[in-house]
Amino acid sequence: MEIPYTVEARPDTGLYNAKVGIWLFLSSEVMLFGGLFSAYILLRVGAVPGTWPHGWQNLTLGTINTVVLALSAITTLMAWVACKVREFGKFKFFHACTLLLAVTFLCIKCEEYREHLNHYEIYMKDGTYADGDMVQNDAAQDYIVIDGRYTKNEMDLYDLRSQKVVEKELKIPRSQIQDMQSYGPWHNDYLALYFTLTGLHALHILCGSVVIGYLWGPGRKLWKTDPERFTNRVEVSGLFWHFVDLVWIFLFPVLYLT
Amino acid sequence: MADFFNQFPPHRDESHSHDDHGHGHYDPGFWAKYIFSTDHKVIGIQYGITALCFLFFGLMLMLLMRWQIAHPGMPVPIFGHLLELIFQHPGMPNPAAGGVISPELYNSFGAMHGTIMVFLGIVPLAFAAFGNYVVPLMIGAPDMAFPRVNMASYQAYFLGGLVMTVSFFIPGGAAQAGWTSYSPLATSIPTHGQLFWIIGMILLITSSLLGAVNFIATIIQLRAPGMTWMRMPFFVWAQFVTAFLLLLAFPPLEAAAIMQLMDNVAHTSFFLPTGLAVGGKIAHVAGGGSPLLWQHLFWFLGHPEVYVLILPAMGIVCEILANNSRKPIWGYKSLVYSVLAIGFLSMIVWAHHMYMTGMGTVISTFFQATTMIISIPSVIILTCLFISLWGGSIRINTPMLFALAFLPMFGIGGLTGLPLGFNVSDVHLHDTYYVIAHFHYVVAPGTIFGLFAGVYYWFPKITGRRMNEFWGSVHFWCSLLFMNLVFMPMFAQGMAGMLRRMANGGANYSAAVNSHAGADVIGGLSDSIMALHTPILWAAVCLGIAQIPFIINFFWSISHGEKVGSDNPWQSTTLEWQTPTPPPHGNFEHFPVVYRGPYEYSVPGHMSDFTPQNEPEISTPAAPKIPTTAH
Repeated sequence: MEIPYTVEARPDTGLYNAKVGIWLFLSSEVMLFGGLFSAYILLRVGAVPGTWPHGWQNLTLGTINTVVLALSAITTLMAWVACKVREFGKFKFFHACTLLLAVTFLCIKCEEYREHLNHYEIYMKDGTYADGDMVQNDAAQDYIVIDGRYTKNEMDLYDLRSQKVVEKELKIPRSQIQDMQSYGPWHNDYLALYFTLTGLHALHILCGSVVIGYLWGPGRKLWKTDPERFTNRVEVSGLFWHFVDLVWIFLFPVLYLT
Repeated sequence: MADFFNQFPPHRDESHSHDDHGHGHYDPGFWAKYIFSTDHKVIGIQYGITALCFLFFGLMLMLLMRWQIAHPGMPVPIFGHLLELIFQHPGMPNPAAGGVISPELYNSFGAMHGTIMVFLGIVPLAFAAFGNYVVPLMIGAPDMAFPRVNMASYQAYFLGGLVMTVSFFIPGGAAQAGWTSYSPLATSIPTHGQLFWIIGMILLITSSLLGAVNFIATIIQLRAPGMTWMRMPFFVWAQFVTAFLLLLAFPPLEAAAIMQLMDNVAHTSFFLPTGLAVGGKIAHVAGGGSPLLWQHLFWFLGHPEVYVLILPAMGIVCEILANNSRKPIWGYKSLVYSVLAIGFLSMIVWAHHMYMTGMGTVISTFFQATTMIISIPSVIILTCLFISLWGGSIRINTPMLFALAFLPMFGIGGLTGLPLGFNVSDVHLHDTYYVIAHFHYVVAPGTIFGLFAGVYYWFPKITGRRMNEFWGSVHFWCSLLFMNLVFMPMFAQGMAGMLRRMANGGANYSAAVNSHAGADVIGGLSDSIMALHTPILWAAVCLGIAQIPFIINFFWSISHGEKVGSDNPWQSTTLEWQTPTPPPHGNFEHFPVVYRGPYEYSVPGHMSDFTPQNEPEISTPAAPKIPTTAH
């Protein structure tokens, strides 16, 4: 006996098995990201007033990435449509675009991470702060060089939206440094949430790319034997991809714009 | 034994069945057949055996802890030397030096007892093992909807169990922060046990996620023609709701586990507040985190988890009660609507675990109200099951004994939960042995009795042989007696104020110790309360010994049990008994068609006292409309 409704829809539900499965899986994903978003709300509401960071992100890169993902949503849809109308060449083209866009997204994400990890807050022995991108941090030298600014008040570092930040190259002797820390997840709750949420999202992009890459590459031989089933696979992986895009649509305003 | 292992025909990958047509059978050998199987029955058995092993492991940890509680500072008899050897790491103090369990070791046993029993023992046995074996058979499906996902689910579970087990043997030992792993405690303990715990949990959560998706999709999509929703056996309904709880309640814990992992490895401060002091010194953390956040996310899983533990057992008990009272279940629809109500309400009661955290009275009142409301559907279920016995022609056999005992035992567990649900009385009882007694009555003589009932009940379907009735009843009566002797005194201890999680069993709060030291402590634990530790210890040891007849009976009966005379030895109505014994790969020779409800016992005018669901209606010629199938 074979398992029924692997390809055709069950009459009373109107769905094939995998489609039920992916929607259930996505509902679970909603709860996963929902848990993290609720953590975001609780930590942000509970933060000391004035210390929640604003304007810490590279808006240009973030906007480009939003557009990249939106485009990939379109190409994913087109790839499925191409399968539906049985034009395999177009499927290959559109999903090649999807894969390229996914790689682009991940590369831009890496660049954003690099920028954060290369950005330092330096607490000086005289009580002031230096803040900026590391230019030179050679252990053999007794000074470091950053591209940034000095400030007396740590509160200046939180909200960058209203400030005109003038950055210049600063040479700081190591003897004057009390403590320094990069803008990694350890720096504060905002960056912890930023790295965790976008990291988990990037992991989803990666996994989605692996699935789409499989269908585009070695998995395409199913097209010859059972195009309907192959089309279903494209649809199911597309649903996942759209969900991942949707998560970004929430992440972008929450982390970049507010 | 040979019969048992020959029951599974050569493995075939369902998802490639289109390509495989006409290629005939092939035998991929032992590994593909038993280890990397995609057959729901093999996976069910894998889950069952693994989970039973973990239950036994958890029981052993409990015995060690009970020894430590009753005799703090004394070397463990028999196993002491073994413990010392296991926990010996060069350059580190031995946590079991001289065979004495240190407080750190006690803490890790406590944390792992809870983790193992809940996540590696009962959930896999109740949900995954019984669900996998029985649900597709009950709804007339050839297999689960996604056989390979099913295999992945077991593998993730197995890996998770492996990680948890291995954590005992690393330097520093397993996690010590309780099964609830509250931060910042969990993050401040300077060993790697917690890291293993988190990774293990993420694997286990993945496993139950894959399982839950599979179960729901199977129940929605693969019901046999005529198997309408209201013709599903109650066990299937219970598994359906359980799967939804796992699907939706587990991910927030996964989110929390990811954040705790970040706290551990990336030094974030999700759960670490500003000004956190560890060991008398200000910790070097960014701060700003919230320990309450962990508790909310944990209990958002934690409370639905309680129903994940109990609902499958209720389902099993319902099947067995109907079968052995030879009578339809009273109030089948009430049962179904109650279980759905429980599923929904269980998502909004979680903060009753947190009355003592200073949440504010409005929130406490809300969660107190929902907690009281959720007891209503639970009582409806129990009442329906009780009334079902009324006027029945009751057969007493081992599964029925366990199923009958489930009712009062779960009743005690449930009713003693009410004082914990009211936030005023909870202030006194919170974190005492009363809580331990309460939830153990729900899960130990409650759920575990339900699971034993299921093992005895479906054993003949799985192996073609019955388990021995005499040793079954020995197992039952001894377990019932000693379960109560273990847990009943804990109510008294808890009400007297004995706190849980104390490595010395509360000796430092005892009136005797304090008066000896010259301190005038009012309300210290009296001698009679402290003395209860010893009978509890020996009752626990006897409870462990009482499982030996079960273990021997289980393995002996696989090859030597009395052979069943028919495919339906219990004269049951549900579909899993209307298959060959044991069911072949694909379960049914052709799609079964369902004509009636699940509990048509003693139908007046019918020849036998049971009418299987797939027996066609003779009096009414209009057969149900049969949906077209794929093949």
